[in-house]
Amino acid sequence: MAIWVDNDTRLVVQGITGREGQFHALGCRDYGTNVVAGVTPGKGGQSVEGIPVYDSVAEAREATSCNVSMIFVPPPFAADAIMEAAAAGVELVVCITEGIPVADMLKVRAYLEAHPTRLIGPNCPGIISPGMAKIGIMPGHIHEPGKVGVVSRSGTLTYEAVWQVTNLGLGQSTCIGIGGDPLPGTNFIDTLAAFADDPATEGVILIGEIGGSAEEEAATWVKENLDKPVVGFIAGRTAPPGRRMGHAGAIISGGKGTAQAKTQALTAAGITVAESPAEIGVSMARALEK
Amino acid sequence: MKIHEFQAKEILRRYGVATPRGQVVESAAEAAEICRDWGGRCVVKAQIHAGGRGKGGGVKLAGTPEEAEAIAASILGMQLVTPQTGPEGQTVRKVLIEEALDIASELYLSVTLDRASGKPVLMASASGGMDIEEVAAKDPDAIIRETIDPQLGILPFQARSVASKLGLEGSTGRQAAKLIGSLVTAYLDTDASLVEINPLLITGEGGVVALDAKMNFDDNALFRHPDIREMRDLAEENPLEVEAGKYDLNYIKLDGEIGCMVNGAGLAMATMDIIKLFGGEPANFLDVGGSASEETVQNAFRILISDETVKAVLINIFGGIARADRIANGVVAALQETPDVKLSGVVRLEGTNVEQGRKILQEANYDFIVAKDMADAAQKVVAAAKGGV
Repeated sequence: MAIWVDNDTRLVVQGITGREGQFHALGCRDYGTNVVAGVTPGKGGQSVEGIPVYDSVAEAREATSCNVSMIFVPPPFAADAIMEAAAAGVELVVCITEGIPVADMLKVRAYLEAHPTRLIGPNCPGIISPGMAKIGIMPGHIHEPGKVGVVSRSGTLTYEAVWQVTNLGLGQSTCIGIGGDPLPGTNFIDTLAAFADDPATEGVILIGEIGGSAEEEAATWVKENLDKPVVGFIAGRTAPPGRRMGHAGAIISGGKGTAQAKTQALTAAGITVAESPAEIGVSMARALEK
Repeated sequence: MKIHEFQAKEILRRYGVATPRGQVVESAAEAAEICRDWGGRCVVKAQIHAGGRGKGGGVKLAGTPEEAEAIAASILGMQLVTPQTGPEGQTVRKVLIEEALDIASELYLSVTLDRASGKPVLMASASGGMDIEEVAAKDPDAIIRETIDPQLGILPFQARSVASKLGLEGSTGRQAAKLIGSLVTAYLDTDASLVEINPLLITGEGGVVALDAKMNFDDNALFRHPDIREMRDLAEENPLEVEAGKYDLNYIKLDGEIGCMVNGAGLAMATMDIIKLFGGEPANFLDVGGSASEETVQNAFRILISDETVKAVLINIFGGIARADRIANGVVAALQETPDVKLSGVVRLEGTNVEQGRKILQEANYDFIVAKDMADAAQKVVAAAKGGV
């Protein structure tokens, strides 16, 4: 078992004829993901290494019953691509594209309220259920099927945590990067709720960073709803206030959103917070032994 | 992206927001001249990107043109230190000369994104001026909040309600409601990430005027606002950060002595954190990006070692899309460019093509300290910076 993606995943890649889109579509297929279609407007009828390309997501869905989409469309057009996938009835959309304007994401949010589609991202590494399906840009080989669920706002820091978990022999059920943008389609709580219901997930690693209040809200939810062990880490305790550290999300303002405030909230909810990023995996192993 | 106060007022005036009459100048003589135009009394305001200028002595009232000239002469060229500039301050290159208005009261208005609701929010307070952050911290309920539907903008009844909660009535209330509407339209139209009026002035005659204005913009949306992009003032930014921006690098200069080069913002922040945990201080934040090429890394490393405060360098790369061998090639190319570099370098490589990457570094004509994991790397670089290696 896993959450959201598994052996039933039938993937369509939007933006498959671009350099990144093609590279990662093939990377996902090499990992074992069932990549059934690609979409690039105006390039319908072509094929990318045997993957058929369609002009629209609706045509791709009609022809291949694709149920998950991965988006590599450039930022000015990415919001439209997300809404197109939702309109075609795709159940899960994973948007890798970085740099989508906030105003465009406000439109996407309003549009998705009227559709059952789940969006992961944008500006995220994607989602992987090791041994079953990889939808994203993460290196597949550092993962192992197992019992730890990982949810994170970061990309490479997630790889770091995953690698620690793999080396300890615990493995992962599903790993999700929800992305560092201010308006993520899927948040910590959505993911934690899915992990709560997943019998394969025995413990959860939650990796947050400074800015916003998503970690604080997640902490409250965990306290009231989750009886599996959770280990947390907050990146950016040394970041100076008011400076942006790469992710649009990592902005501290006033007393809210600091690493200290988030650590306190997580600790108060019974979550073990790793002091050092090198101790995320070990902390999880200890929490699972209890 | 940030812009100056005078530029923000220029934009807001297009949307019908009332501001004092003003003119930006770069010399004290011009300041006197403009002051005369405004009737002999004026306010001289330093134009730098940081806030809190009044507290640092960058905003002063002049009673005569001669006084305006003297004040402008003292402010122009000064290193203005405010709570937002850091201890080194910011050089003042321009001053805004504005007519002096009589002040009945000072309010606060701003529009920004509320991440919790996922919608823009208008915030207002009857106590504006220099201490708004204190008000917000001590008494959050004193801040009036009105959520905005981004598709509709702020509705007239919402604007009227805010004006009324601010205690504004009659003509003043109507003017304030109109100004609130204009502010929200400007925010939405220009892809702003923040519009802030502090203070919003109520004059003795009951007029409503934006005495100060601050606008920040969504960098990701600048492609559709070429006019705003032209307002960027590179002189206000750290030169190393500007250089890094040319290569799509995310670089932020900090005060410590350990230079860091990392791929990914989260891992970069975590690397800074672990350096601090072992007793060191990071000299910078540098994210070379998820898909860094050899050339990006070469430029990144060059910028890193051109910072004179750096005593040791830590390279922490978890290869995903960014392959470890490419990163290693970039580092070696940068070293060949600057053969006299005498810094200690600690390298931690992991992930895609890690074996090839390690081999490239070992064969380079430079003594890298190789670390086995993140904790080991942090310990080694802190020791190196303290002269232990």
